Amino acid sequence: MNKHTWLGKIYLWLVLILLYLPIGYLIFYSFSSGRNMNHFKQFTWLHYQTLFQDNRLLAIFLQTILLALLSGLIATAIGTTGAVMIDRLQQKRQQKVFLALNNVLMVSPDVIIGASFLIFFTALGIQLNFGSVLISHVAFSIPIVVLMVLPKLKEMDHTLVDAASDLGASPRQIFSRILIPAMMPGIAAGFFMALTYSLDDFAVTFFVTGNGFTTLSVEIYSRARQGIDLEINALSTIIFLFVLVLVFIYYLLTTRRFKKNGKIGGVIK
Amino acid sequence: MKNKRHPGLFAIPYVLWIAFFVILPILLIVWYSFTNTNQHLTLQNYHTFFANGTFLRMSLNSFWYAFLITLATLLISYPAAYFLTKLKKQQFWLLLIILPTWINLLLKAYAFIGILGRQGLVNQFLQLFGLGPVNMLFTNFGFLLVATYIEIPFMILPIYNAIVAIDPALIQASEDLGASKWQTFRFVLWPLSRAGVESGIQAIFIPSLSLFMLTRLIGGNRVITLGTAIEEYFMTTMNWNMGATIGVILIVMMILVMLLTGNKPAHGRRMHHE
Repeated sequence: MNKHTWLGKIYLWLVLILLYLPIGYLIFYSFSSGRNMNHFKQFTWLHYQTLFQDNRLLAIFLQTILLALLSGLIATAIGTTGAVMIDRLQQKRQQKVFLALNNVLMVSPDVIIGASFLIFFTALGIQLNFGSVLISHVAFSIPIVVLMVLPKLKEMDHTLVDAASDLGASPRQIFSRILIPAMMPGIAAGFFMALTYSLDDFAVTFFVTGNGFTTLSVEIYSRARQGIDLEINALSTIIFLFVLVLVFIYYLLTTRRFKKNGKIGGVIK
Repeated sequence: MKNKRHPGLFAIPYVLWIAFFVILPILLIVWYSFTNTNQHLTLQNYHTFFANGTFLRMSLNSFWYAFLITLATLLISYPAAYFLTKLKKQQFWLLLIILPTWINLLLKAYAFIGILGRQGLVNQFLQLFGLGPVNMLFTNFGFLLVATYIEIPFMILPIYNAIVAIDPALIQASEDLGASKWQTFRFVLWPLSRAGVESGIQAIFIPSLSLFMLTRLIGGNRVITLGTAIEEYFMTTMNWNMGATIGVILIVMMILVMLLTGNKPAHGRRMHHE
């Protein structure tokens, strides 16, 4: 048995090395004074200097984060009301229909979402710019928020709502004093997932963005198609550090829950 | 209670979302697939698709590649998921496995342009053994390799969740009753973890049919998957009707895959990444 776990550990280490190799490779060459990712020449901060003077790329970086925050907030608001609505439906069949519709965008390939949204915007005469990208990101983030919030409503003791209303609470008070606190862990996880969806998206944005607006993913794609550019390596290092900080914060925020049910809330997809 | 029966006004945005961003886009893409550029109803697009050998060959190819990617991912991920359940700090290990999925997909694909290049890491490694430079970048093999790399964490997680839920007493009972390691795997572990494997397959097979930026960046800019074909028709050739037709066929394939693997939506994977 002991030997068994030992072998397993080696195997897992190999998988981990494989998973981190490309990221490490990028970061390693971001410090090389060469022009390619084949031979490390000399240590340099040059590519970081270029990166921090590249106003266009920095603006895109900020735009991408702004887009993620904004679409995350809107999607969380709409998704939460959606979860409350589905939870209130009396018939199981109605709930199932709404859940199925809710999940359509979760299982659709990105190309399909991108292509059909492009048709949609063109048909309605909506200009392709920040607005169309924002609307699309909100649209594909809503279902995950619903899926994160709904279980919290199901777990909740519904007699609390009856008790509150018997004691004279208005629907508004019930919503803000009882439902929102009960849903809060789900809302937070949903918002977090919506953020990662937005930051991660390439294909949908690629389809629905016009000339005036671009996100990091789309920008990296068009630069990578032109070949190696070590400025992108420097950018990867920054993004990796950024992700590490985010994960650390999320880890701290969820540690309490995490100990209780032994799972990292929304992180385990 | 009154407002329990009536969903109420607050959910209007959500219902509008379902109408405009779930139902309407599907109707629009189906409508486009049955019309030509002059908006006349026609079956011409479907005729082109099924009468023309190139489209059918490409679909088969796309299916075959998706199958290979899913299989390779499963073979690497199942043991990893199994060994994970034997460790002490499982949550920490899981976090380490999830972390790379948060790095932008495009950056990881870009890294492979360096790694797989003629003088990249892999070829430098091969040269240690006197093996000449192998061309991997811009080949189908390169595409398969990178796609597998990207999908591994998404296969490990559902399988891990399935295995961790199995009562260890069942495995013990099987061993106590004299089953060999293989028999325990075949008749206890595998059937009980199958739901996880199925949702992993679902989370990987469908996106693999549609990964277009990987075929563009790593696969050498050729149209080898359905996703690339759709992108080509929408963004380059600008024949949206044909693109929509391929889209509808992709949707049909997707539904088939979901029926075969059970209808559990794979949580949190709009492939995103792609």
